[in-house]
Amino acid sequence: MKGWHWDGFFEYLTNGYLIEGALVTLGLTVFSIFFGLILGFVIAVMRMSKYKLLSAPAYFYTWIMRGTPLLVQLIIIYTGLPQLGIKFTVVESTLIGLTLNEAAYLSEIVRAGIAAVSRGQVNAARAIGMTPFQVMRYVVAPQAFRIIIPPLGNSVNGVLKTTSIASIISMEELLRRTQVLIQERFLVLELFVVAAIYYLIMTTAWEFIQRRIERRFGRAYDPQAGLVEQR
Amino acid sequence: MNAADGTSARATTPVVEIRGVDKWYSTFQVLKGCSLSVARGEVVVVCGPSGSGKSTLIKCVNALEPVNTGDVLIEGTSITDGKASLSKLRARVGMVFQHFELFPHMSVLENLCIGQEKVLKRKSEEARDKAMGLLARVGMTAHAGKYPLQLSGGQQQRIAIARALAMDPIAMLFDEPTSALDPEMITEVLDVMVSLAQEGMTMMVVTHEMGFARKVADRVVFMDRGEIVEDTPKARFFEDPQSDRAKAFLSKILSH
Ligand SMILES: Nc1ncnc2c1ncn2[C@@H]1O[C@H](COP(=O)(O)OP(=O)(O)OP(=O)(O)O)[C@@H](O)[C@H]1O
Ligand SMILES: [Mg+2]
Repeated sequence: MKGWHWDGFFEYLTNGYLIEGALVTLGLTVFSIFFGLILGFVIAVMRMSKYKLLSAPAYFYTWIMRGTPLLVQLIIIYTGLPQLGIKFTVVESTLIGLTLNEAAYLSEIVRAGIAAVSRGQVNAARAIGMTPFQVMRYVVAPQAFRIIIPPLGNSVNGVLKTTSIASIISMEELLRRTQVLIQERFLVLELFVVAAIYYLIMTTAWEFIQRRIERRFGRAYDPQAGLVEQR
Repeated sequence: MNAADGTSARATTPVVEIRGVDKWYSTFQVLKGCSLSVARGEVVVVCGPSGSGKSTLIKCVNALEPVNTGDVLIEGTSITDGKASLSKLRARVGMVFQHFELFPHMSVLENLCIGQEKVLKRKSEEARDKAMGLLARVGMTAHAGKYPLQLSGGQQQRIAIARALAMDPIAMLFDEPTSALDPEMITEVLDVMVSLAQEGMTMMVVTHEMGFARKVADRVVFMDRGEIVEDTPKARFFEDPQSDRAKAFLSKILSH
């Protein structure tokens, strides 16, 4: 078993079971970022409300979620709650845990983004008769979104890797499947290097996508853009 | 409604009427018993030293800032009694800001269409036609597809005026529309405002451009420390200001 096994390494590099695991990791990430962003937006708006009844629960939520480890949260959801008669499957627990946890972090990012849109912009939107909802929808949110793309991208990168924590409650994502395969031939190093490569491919692909999104939303702010592509 | 009644009521009801407005920012009183009315087609210039409450007063007109006591009526409709929809009222009064406040993520054309489509529910072609007509009027047709940050301050401010006009307002409010502009761009914006005034637009303009006031204002309102100190016909304001504070202010701004 000593030494590096190239044959084993290449075999695992193209192993369908592992690739599936990587796709699960990807799925968990997309799901928790998407719903985490929606929930995070709601929490951010609540948090910024002048009514204590809204801002206090939002503050409390982020305090709890950011102040405790995801690992503990997952174990509470999966192993602890059944004690109270609330049962979730592994997949459900993972999705719930990741989303609730991520929402707390994303709410802080969203809040900073919204706060960065100037009072003058809000007033201009109100002055043409927009309702508060329209002001948010057409003026504040799009501008806040551009501001939050870089930190949001960081979060996506983070979540891609954080999903591995769910392996603890036997969620069959990339890391868990890597560990399962170790039982086959005990090629520990080869397998973990393969897993690392998969993570690297996903985070690198995301980096490219993020850059494209940034360019897309930065167009209006680039003094050259409009001069080149005149309509 | 009887047509004759309608016209006479419209003729006598001020477009904007500010009645005894007080406003506080926490313990600091910004506006003290301000009353002012602007009749249809009238151009009222508001001036006064920095911090005197001009911006606050003009923001109270379309309820961007709530008043503490007193009331503001737009064509006779109160903005404080809670009966009228504030967004509907605001849509009828155009506003132009010192820092333009065009929406940077939208093209010039989109800036002019968004309110028409989302607030007035106009069809996108109708909104577009209207927008292009207004862009022609302010000399910005060639820039319809550009983004605001690709334009000069003077160009942005002309577009901001066009954006407000696209809503077919019954009155226009201006808060120091030229004070963030480089000197060479002031004229292009003032020209648009002068032509608006000459066409009979009802206007309330916070500005220190006394040339503009002399040319088109009907009345000049002078504010100091939250009070309307003087509200006089233009000629009288320049020739014979009543208060010492207005005299001091005038001599200061006319000397440079
Ligand atoms: N949001 C706010 N909170 C607290 N104080 C404010 C606020 N906005 C304005 N003020 C204060 O109210 C006073 C009047 O402000 P305002 O902006 O209306 O003055 P202004 O006449 O427009 O001055 P300027 O010529 O500098 O624009 C100032 O002393 C200002 O500091
Ligand atoms: Mg001001």
